[in-house]
Amino acid sequence: MMKHFLMNLLLSFIWVALTGSMYYSNFLFGFLLGFFILWIMNRNEDDQRYFFRVPKIISFLFYFLYEMIAANLQVAYDVITPKYFFKPGIVKYPMKARTDLEINLLSTIISMTPGTLILDVSEDKTTLYIHVMYLKDKDQFIAQMENGIEKKLLELLR
Amino acid sequence: MINILIAILSTVGALAILFASIGILRMPDFYLRLSVTVKAATLGIGLFLLCTAILFPDISVTTKAIAISFFLILTTPVAAHMIGRAAYKSGTPKWKGTVLDDLEKDYKNREDLQGIAKPETPEDSTIDPKK
Repeated sequence: MMKHFLMNLLLSFIWVALTGSMYYSNFLFGFLLGFFILWIMNRNEDDQRYFFRVPKIISFLFYFLYEMIAANLQVAYDVITPKYFFKPGIVKYPMKARTDLEINLLSTIISMTPGTLILDVSEDKTTLYIHVMYLKDKDQFIAQMENGIEKKLLELLR
Repeated sequence: MINILIAILSTVGALAILFASIGILRMPDFYLRLSVTVKAATLGIGLFLLCTAILFPDISVTTKAIAISFFLILTTPVAAHMIGRAAYKSGTPKWKGTVLDDLEKDYKNREDLQGIAKPETPEDSTIDPKK
């Protein structure tokens, strides 16, 4: 996993050194090239996780950007219209993330999505207390978080 | 072409920051204000940094813009969490429309928080803590 990533970086630096122009586009192109070369070379190996993880990370970034823009539009609409539409509430959310890194990334992503804000993490690191702006139904919200962001994030990390 | 892209991105960023500042004025209680401000401001600054990175083709500017937005995204949620937690523990009143509070009964069960002073009921009726 880590070995493949370092090999990929090395290959992209070699590409940059050979072409002689240090631009992001050139570096990215070298990275992609190295990725495909490594993929072809490692077809028969057992450890294939790296090659599935990189596309997943990219699609997760786009999913997160989409969520963030959509929620931002909703909040902006609510701010400029005179009537209040929101129903705030503090939800106790039992999370599946266990290690410190998983909890950190999960709470960062939840806090960056408009409408939700982390208020506290319990002492035994099993529950998050989330302040939600549009709380229609508690169970529905918890199911939505579990099947959406948290599932996608844990797929990447585990 | 690049000019049009930069114009669109910086307009959206400025609008995001404008909505955040209107949100500070219009939201009924502290938690909603915090919730609106943090994300919209981060999005706005992120879009401005993206504009800078597109406008200057210099690699040092692009690297700095990426580094700044990375650390911004890394640190803002932590600051928001800390501010919100401190506000809740010191008993900032919630809006009267708050539907659910799971944190209240969990804090009541813990001994180490018993000593913290309860909030006084505010004079004006616009912000009314739901008990």
